[in-house]
Amino acid sequence: MLTNPDLATVWACIIAFAIFAYVVMDGFDLGIGILFPTLEVGAERDQAMNSIAPVWDGNETWLVMGGGGLMAAFPLAYAVILPATYPLVIAMLLGLVFRGVAFEYRWRDLRHRPAWDLAFCIGSVVATFAQGVMLGAVLQGIHVVGRAYAGGSFDWLTPFSLLTGVSLLIGYAMLGASWLIGKTHGAAQDHARRLAFTLGILTILALSAVSLATPFLAIDYWHRWFRMPGVLFTAQVPLMTAIASFLFFWSLKRGRERLPFVIALVMFGLGFLGLGISMFPYVVPRALTIWDTAAPQSSQIFMLVGAVFILPLILTYTGWAYYVFRGKTVTEGYH
Amino acid sequence: MGDEALLLARAQFAFTVSFHFIFPAFSIGTASFLMVLEALWLKTGRGVYANLYRYWLKIFAVAFGMGVVSGLVMAYQFGTNWSVFSDRAGPIVGPLMAYEVMTAFFLEAGFLGVMLFGINKVGPKLHFFATLMVATGTLISATWIVSTNSWMQTPAGFVISDKGQFVPAGSWLPIIFNPSFPYRVVHVVIAAYLTTSLVVAGVGGWHLLRDRSNVGARKMFSMAMWMVAIAAPAQILAGDQHGLNTLEHQPVKIMAMEGHYQSHPHGAPLILFGIPDPAARRIDYAIEIPKMSSLILKHDLNAPLGGLDSVPADRIPPVPIVFFSFRIMVGLGFAMLGLALFGLAMRVRRKLYDAPWLYRLAVLMGPTGFVAVIAGWVTTEVGRQPFTVYGYLRTAQSHSPLQASAVAASLGSFVIVYFIVFGSGTYYLLRLMAKPPAPHETEPAAIPQRAAGITPAPAFEGVSGDAH
Repeated sequence: MLTNPDLATVWACIIAFAIFAYVVMDGFDLGIGILFPTLEVGAERDQAMNSIAPVWDGNETWLVMGGGGLMAAFPLAYAVILPATYPLVIAMLLGLVFRGVAFEYRWRDLRHRPAWDLAFCIGSVVATFAQGVMLGAVLQGIHVVGRAYAGGSFDWLTPFSLLTGVSLLIGYAMLGASWLIGKTHGAAQDHARRLAFTLGILTILALSAVSLATPFLAIDYWHRWFRMPGVLFTAQVPLMTAIASFLFFWSLKRGRERLPFVIALVMFGLGFLGLGISMFPYVVPRALTIWDTAAPQSSQIFMLVGAVFILPLILTYTGWAYYVFRGKTVTEGYH
Repeated sequence: MGDEALLLARAQFAFTVSFHFIFPAFSIGTASFLMVLEALWLKTGRGVYANLYRYWLKIFAVAFGMGVVSGLVMAYQFGTNWSVFSDRAGPIVGPLMAYEVMTAFFLEAGFLGVMLFGINKVGPKLHFFATLMVATGTLISATWIVSTNSWMQTPAGFVISDKGQFVPAGSWLPIIFNPSFPYRVVHVVIAAYLTTSLVVAGVGGWHLLRDRSNVGARKMFSMAMWMVAIAAPAQILAGDQHGLNTLEHQPVKIMAMEGHYQSHPHGAPLILFGIPDPAARRIDYAIEIPKMSSLILKHDLNAPLGGLDSVPADRIPPVPIVFFSFRIMVGLGFAMLGLALFGLAMRVRRKLYDAPWLYRLAVLMGPTGFVAVIAGWVTTEVGRQPFTVYGYLRTAQSHSPLQASAVAASLGSFVIVYFIVFGSGTYYLLRLMAKPPAPHETEPAAIPQRAAGITPAPAFEGVSGDAH
């Protein structure tokens, strides 16, 4: 029989999984939006857009799952984090509105296609940057009194949160470029590969900067990462990241088509694991743990029964949808 | 935390949710319509169905995209502006909405790509399955979200914990199947079907006014008029039953809808029209039918009905809004019934394809489903005031600790962005609808999407030759 504390951990893992699924899946299609101005008008852009058009909606559903799941499983965390990052959430949503409609609009209105392409790019950049800043805002801590956010409108704005914002822009762009390598060929693929190479370097720099800055945010983080004997475990994360980075550049150099994207996912996974080490068991660092914020057992069990059966099903048909649209996206013959 | 921030937060929710609901109200019906069209095409092999499928799929794709992005906003409205509500009611409404995501949103999104872009990759049978899944997803979604809303209207199956949270008392069944849920979900789903069929009839009528021989326009008009003929009377019956349920569980809302400021111990009049004066607590210029309200609500001319004078002032919703929105909804409902009867009469006389006045009326009535749907939601949501969880959690105690300036800024941004984005979208939709459907049955043998070897791009385009 699961007791409430264990249930909370299970749900923390499910929500973490949903957020990770969101980050990597919408990450690559947001990344394509970020890179859009660097793609040539015409075939290269259409191809990039077509490679994500059948899947972006499913990708974004993970964001609803992350937000809705947080409200359901950890309502207090949802009720504290969202008011604390209010302008960022609104900016993210508006960004996603612009880019989401651009998928259809750019085909419906050729005269204004440049405008919708721009909306697609700006929307993607704003949404990504807002998500990155939110991550920084949560990591640096939120002022909580009682059961509510007690800070001001702009507490989230610090050099650290700006750093995480820029880092996420770079990271998503790297994911997008790696995705395009697998979906294109010829000149477009060469372009994507060059982009991936540059962005790979920038991603490693950004990841290092955030990793180095985090322990200085609070002594708590320092202890988590550098105290014996935990350091024997935590040190594996940067080590693995170094290996993954090496493999990333190696696969690019070798001209591999799908491997760079897979390794990019692994790099994101390691970064996410690092976040987990920094945060667990807090949802709001140093203020609220998953147990402080957990919904009652009856709510969590009710959802768990569904989640156990439905989530594998979701992963199955999502996988099928990706499989249906596997292979290269081409543009010849269109129109 | 002032009243200003509260008012702005309410305005923001009303604005974003009203805008949002327009799209599901249309896509629920359109998804089912597409499913029927594809099923008919698979069964009969007649190209007119394939052509109509392709025609409405393009429209569906644009509307669905707008529904997705405006719906995403809703998923975060609770946390941003209504954090106290989220904390208190989260353990109940959170899981209901999580089930909506898991059983509906993923289903729709997962199969939408195949539905829009995949026919040449998966073949007609599997493609029909994708359409079926998307249509099912829209209905599952409606079920969960209406259950959530109904729980806020007629909360059941909960206790209030020491942290002040609403938590399940035991089984989830009384929560999901709370007293108003069955009535509300039927009313909402019929409303969606009715809204869609009015749009389809309007579009069909528009093109029949120009070319009465257009096979596609004839077919869509005939199908839509059948649906209006079924759904309009069904909706009036469903609405009546829903009203009786509301009288039982939220009598104050009924008093506001009826404009009954005074109690009527010997039969209450039905106020057809009037202008509520909340300060004087009376309806000015009322046109009323004596004892009719008692007859409708209690099936007895002389049954006593309580009025707002029997209710404490701090439990009364804003009467004029509820009073007017209810009359708009009901008035339009009867106008739809009129259209349905007109259509049936022309069909019986075998003049369905030679009825310009019917077409004109259908065009005029085309957008009224949306107006009625929004008016209905305004009636029930404003009628729930001054509570978020009816009778237990006040709206004034539900909102986030935010400064009015922050809420005002976000509201302003939503208004500007929505008008640009959804204004453009509506224009694109109208432009797609203004294009006549394929005039003959000289259709491709398969539902055509694009030439072989081409990959996803806009929905079902390419071969049709009408691209862009």
